[in-house]
Amino acid sequence: MSLDPSFVGRTYPPTTPYQVGREKIREFATAIGATDPAHHDPQAARALGHPDVVAPPTFPFVVTMAATQQIVDDPDLGVDYSRVVHGDQRFAYTRPVVAGDELVCVNAIEDVTTRGGHGFLTTRTEITTAAGEPVVTVWSKLVVRGEG
Amino acid sequence: MELPTRTFRVTRADLVRYAGASGDFNPIHWSERTATKVGLPGVIAHGMFTMALVGRAVTEWSGAPDAVVDYSVRFTRPVLVPDDDEGTEIEVAAVVREVTEDGLTRLDITATCRGEKVLSQARATVRTAG
Repeated sequence: MSLDPSFVGRTYPPTTPYQVGREKIREFATAIGATDPAHHDPQAARALGHPDVVAPPTFPFVVTMAATQQIVDDPDLGVDYSRVVHGDQRFAYTRPVVAGDELVCVNAIEDVTTRGGHGFLTTRTEITTAAGEPVVTVWSKLVVRGEG
Repeated sequence: MELPTRTFRVTRADLVRYAGASGDFNPIHWSERTATKVGLPGVIAHGMFTMALVGRAVTEWSGAPDAVVDYSVRFTRPVLVPDDDEGTEIEVAAVVREVTEDGLTRLDITATCRGEKVLSQARATVRTAG
């Protein structure tokens, strides 16, 4: 699997805003067994100083997974998605995601390497509000397994 | 300092629920047929589901759902989830590596399934001041 190394440093246009819904946060929190009232009850979240229910730490991946399709689907880069496994994942938060956020992703390709027949693609996604307020930076390293 | 170990049971039903909640419908997380066809021993948990459970442990240890300022993992081994009522278990442990003067606590985290590490370089920084 050979990925085109000239893609390093490339950035993509901002994505269409993602509307963070209160029920989506509740559904996500329930799916991972997170019972803290701040994930479910707006009053509890307000008591912590947030405008609405607070998303668990890995929730932003729901937003970036869809957003980074614009990279993975780029035919010139050469990712065979059926051979992709998740290598590394990192989140650096300015603040937690809360219900009511309107989030925009700007994707960048931070690194592309091929080693031992496998391709490695590191993406960085800056998530901001539609007004430009920084929320969280998300890094994903995808491994494109070589044939055989 | 070591934090109390947490154990999370994971069944196929949990994977289906997580698929729906996260939007990740990759069939290797629910279809034995697809999983074995791509060379896996069976259905495996979403890596991000494991990361979410560990994130839960981190927020519960820190005592606040909004305390995490940095969180990173490397996925090293898949979590196999058998098609039975017991499923499998993920055990999560952590040690405090550093407490900074500005109120941040850095944790080194270990996550294992059936005695084998499923994550490496798992680290979280949580805000503990105030």
